[in-house]
Amino acid sequence: MFVILACSILFFGVMTVTSTKILRAATSLFFVLFGIAGLYLQMNYEFLAAVQLSVYAGGIVVLFIFAIFLVKNLGEEKEKLSKFKSIMGGLAAVSGLAISLTIILKEKVFVTADTVRADEIAASIDMKWVGDTLMGTERFQYLLPFEAASVLLLACIIGGLVVAQINKKEEEI
Amino acid sequence: MSLPLECYLVVSTLLFFIGVFGFIVRKNLISILMSIELILNAASINFIAFNRFLFPDQLEGFMYSLFIIVVAAAETAVAISIIINVYRKKKNIDVKSINELKY
Repeated sequence: MFVILACSILFFGVMTVTSTKILRAATSLFFVLFGIAGLYLQMNYEFLAAVQLSVYAGGIVVLFIFAIFLVKNLGEEKEKLSKFKSIMGGLAAVSGLAISLTIILKEKVFVTADTVRADEIAASIDMKWVGDTLMGTERFQYLLPFEAASVLLLACIIGGLVVAQINKKEEEI
Repeated sequence: MSLPLECYLVVSTLLFFIGVFGFIVRKNLISILMSIELILNAASINFIAFNRFLFPDQLEGFMYSLFIIVVAAAETAVAISIIINVYRKKKNIDVKSINELKY
């Protein structure tokens, strides 16, 4: 199951960055996010998978598709990838990938905790625990970031409205 | 069933560098934003895998990736409104055409 999910994530990830039709890229992005939600489910984090699906797949991808439709003649127009740029980008990505993978696979930096116990704990996560963690003010509890996120969302709503509104004075000029 | 931590790390590393490649190569603003989404998701997988395999007693990585999702949603909304505004002024959304701040 993990192999299928990983392969689909990577395949659609490559499709997202290489496909020249932008609407196709957005659809591939949707499948990548879907596969990542599957990974969360596989790690027994059902709540996070639900959040991933509803916020990313339901919200952000729809936002992308709306933006693509609002921006005219983007859906059909093909974007050419310049050769020099793609060679340089591929070089940067592959060299970074080589360094990171060597560190992850060769050096045993991460000492995994007791896996059986980790499985048991992950299987026993319930909504009460998640809610306590999100709403508490003690150590390992996250009320302050939660409130900061609400302020951030408010600021984002106002900012989005202000930036996207049509400026009448400039249009007259 | 439990796979080793490294499996998840390899997938997220590959996804991260796919995102980096797209960020460098693409010229379209919306495609660049999509690459950023890929990078954020790779980081989020890492947080979750570390939480699940190294510190299962607290929900730290869980909360981090929850807040990553929130910030990504906010960032995408603002960025798309900026892109639409740029499109209104320039009639295209190539990064090449937005160079007023360059000099």
